[in-house]
Amino acid sequence: MRITVNVWRQKNADAKGSMVSYALDDVVEDMSFLEMLDVLNEQLTLAGEEPVAFDSDCREGICGSCGVVINGVPHGPEVTTTCQLHMRSFKDGDVIDIEPWRGAGFPIVKDLVVDRGAFDRIIAAGGYISVNTGSAPEANNLPVPKEDADHAFEAATCIGCGACVAACPNGSAMLFTAAKVTHLGLLPQGQPERESRVVSMVEQHDAEGFGSCTNIGECTAACPKGIPLDVISRLNRDLLGALAAGKA
Amino acid sequence: MTQDTLNTASLEFHDVGEDIHDDAAPSGPIERRWDERKFSAKLVNPANRRKMSVIIVGTGLAGGAAAATLGEAGYHVKSFCYQDSPRRAHSIAAQGGINAAKNYRNDGDSIYRLFYDTVKGGDFRSRESNSYRLAQVSVNIIDQCVAQGVPFAREYGGLLDNRSFGGVQVSRTFYARGQTGQQLLIGAYQALERQIAAGTVEMHSRHEMLDLIMVPDADGTERARGIIARDLVTGEIETHTADAVVLCSGGYGNVYFLSTNAMGSNVTATWRAHRRGAYMGNPCYTQIHPTCIPVSGDYQSKLTLMSESLRNDGRIWVPKKAGDDRHPRDIPEDERDYYLERIYPAFGNLVPRDIASRAAKYQCDDGKGVGPGGLGVYLDFADAIERMGRKTVEAKYGNLFDMYARITGEDPYTEPMRIYPAVHYVMGGLWVDYDLQSNLTGLFVGGEANFSDQGANRLGASALMQGLADGYFVLPSTLPDYLSAGAVRARPDDHPRSSRPVRRSRSGSRSCCRSTGPARSTPSTASSATSCGSTAAWSAPRGPDQGHRHDPGPQERVLDQRQGHGRGPDLNQALERAGRRGRLLELGELMCIDALHRAESCGGHFRAESQTEDGEALRHDDQFAYVAAWSSGDEKPVLHKEPLEYEYVEMKARSYK
Repeated sequence: MRITVNVWRQKNADAKGSMVSYALDDVVEDMSFLEMLDVLNEQLTLAGEEPVAFDSDCREGICGSCGVVINGVPHGPEVTTTCQLHMRSFKDGDVIDIEPWRGAGFPIVKDLVVDRGAFDRIIAAGGYISVNTGSAPEANNLPVPKEDADHAFEAATCIGCGACVAACPNGSAMLFTAAKVTHLGLLPQGQPERESRVVSMVEQHDAEGFGSCTNIGECTAACPKGIPLDVISRLNRDLLGALAAGKA
Repeated sequence: MTQDTLNTASLEFHDVGEDIHDDAAPSGPIERRWDERKFSAKLVNPANRRKMSVIIVGTGLAGGAAAATLGEAGYHVKSFCYQDSPRRAHSIAAQGGINAAKNYRNDGDSIYRLFYDTVKGGDFRSRESNSYRLAQVSVNIIDQCVAQGVPFAREYGGLLDNRSFGGVQVSRTFYARGQTGQQLLIGAYQALERQIAAGTVEMHSRHEMLDLIMVPDADGTERARGIIARDLVTGEIETHTADAVVLCSGGYGNVYFLSTNAMGSNVTATWRAHRRGAYMGNPCYTQIHPTCIPVSGDYQSKLTLMSESLRNDGRIWVPKKAGDDRHPRDIPEDERDYYLERIYPAFGNLVPRDIASRAAKYQCDDGKGVGPGGLGVYLDFADAIERMGRKTVEAKYGNLFDMYARITGEDPYTEPMRIYPAVHYVMGGLWVDYDLQSNLTGLFVGGEANFSDQGANRLGASALMQGLADGYFVLPSTLPDYLSAGAVRARPDDHPRSSRPVRRSRSGSRSCCRSTGPARSTPSTASSATSCGSTAAWSAPRGPDQGHRHDPGPQERVLDQRQGHGRGPDLNQALERAGRRGRLLELGELMCIDALHRAESCGGHFRAESQTEDGEALRHDDQFAYVAAWSSGDEKPVLHKEPLEYEYVEMKARSYK
């Protein structure tokens, strides 16, 4: 099928960017979206133009490297990662807009590549359980009710791709932050640091320039892993509790 | 050809050097060796640790865990990864699980049994001492991960659940639905971020190692003292120095045109170390994974694996009649061949990966393959759905089924999946001793990047185990012994050797930028990598030397075509790919030579002329019971043999019947 793509081209962080249009003649429906971009890049290189920079690594939907806004929707029309989106979701003659994640916390590096270092810093602020290697007790000494373990797992499936930020009109990273707070806060191992964790992570979230959450829910709709919105309720409850207890 | 001719056929391509030995491994009873080694290892006073620095390349399970643990211990760690965040290393894509000899199921498991299964599974080409240590440490890994909050699957009583995996008859695999690698890696990543915040680990993401820096100390001993790395965002080529260097940079499966590796997975770090003198161990040992989604077209950029846990409940079959193109649901039961259950009644669909992969290939070679190009076999869940109900199947495998449906556009709940083997993991890698130190002083190697404890084949759920064993427990115990011996004698920063490789790397990048050619790994540019690589693993039946003969030509052509559009100092993804491809092609040649020299079949390394009457791998223990460690030599690679001795497990033919 024939596809036209309008791609955001931006030379580097400081340059001014713009949308540039390219035509692709032989797109196959079994191609993944990124394979379509591979073909575009091959076409550009042969024409002596600079290929489009975009992040991708595992191409199995789990590493979280890839992610672009497709026709205004992070990761495009299906609920999945960009690498797992296939061209069968489009039809002959379609015009597709491709843009990078937009958000104050995600400065653009080049073309479709953004800097998501803020996510690492939010985790570094408290998204862990402080246990040094070697000091762990026997694993089965600590039973975890299956229901709690399953809920914790559900929150832990976050791949840190950043679609939630790109989808949010406020540019908030609250779904990402809350997923980690929920994952660790639901487990008995995570209790000792539960209050300090939520306070530090939210502080870092705000310091990175992400906006506040106003319960719009675009984040969960765009999340390729289906992280539910109620993780944010849980974060708010934990945060209130911690603040009331004077932990901030 | 006779065996003698085969044994010498490779000498045209390589020389033979002196035997080598693993001097770091203690002797004595096997269950005491690791404790002995830890006790004899010298310690570093906590106050001195922060003065000692360690470079760790790669942030997967091995590198991430090692960086976090050494940081916790107080060393100054410099960690590098090419991804934008350490959380994205390809360990994340491992699905199935991680083995540990906990014996929670009371089904007769033990450290000794896991050790035995590993040695047998590796087809008697791994070291007993290393495999035993791996089994020993496995139980601590689970404890550590649970304490970090890794959400393993649990039973209703709240205790940890287990499942069984290929090649064994006990249930010792811990799992987190189909995302075990992700959860374990995020655990290590969080521990790493905690150390970054504490200031013990200095993180360099979007950095790729281009070369290793060796510097002589006051006594003239050459020591690994740093790396040359490219900042992928600015394009700057930088020197980083430390008291020791640890490579945990993963495997080189991308030497094949398509593999299940990540797009960026590459061999540059270990290959450059090899060119600086490090031995490459068993480079031809490649693992072919039996349950991947078949190829759909020639634009395809990579293959996608589905966890082999699917083989627990799925039944593998092909039509009995070659060329039967009926819809699978129209083929009656008695016209199907459940060939694994038929040939291997004891293990059935759960035979080890190499055997399952080979069996699938034989069926397709006989014209019984299904799907496009006849390259596929069915993996059928109809019986499982009837037995357990769709809900249970969904809970166990839901995400894998979804992934399959997304990629193929077919519904695996109503029609059988199609699977085909794909290159997945390499057992080969840099040679290391028991301490995980390479033959280069001060260069340590962990995880898939080393030649590993797995032998000629790896059992399912053992890669995660080895990565974390190396990272959390082995390196943090052995590295201090090296550091305490006074590696820190002269700061290498000003040494002329530190700047020479920088100049070399800069000119390499510039020459890449000048030439032009195709941008991506099109089949035409990458076919040389496929063909030379394929000899190493399982296409050997075509003749062992076929791959090697036409290697140099295409290699040069592709190198000519490698391209790096734009200027060097910038984010330049084409330049990154060109550099990686060049090193992979160089490695491909060594893989071929290694495969050619090993005139036997063992594990994933299969040669047509060396098989039993039933088509199983036939080893020649009298001639090949050694690790092949290759140095690069002046003109040809040089083979050094490390003899393997088996005191505990009797060497016999593997049988899974």
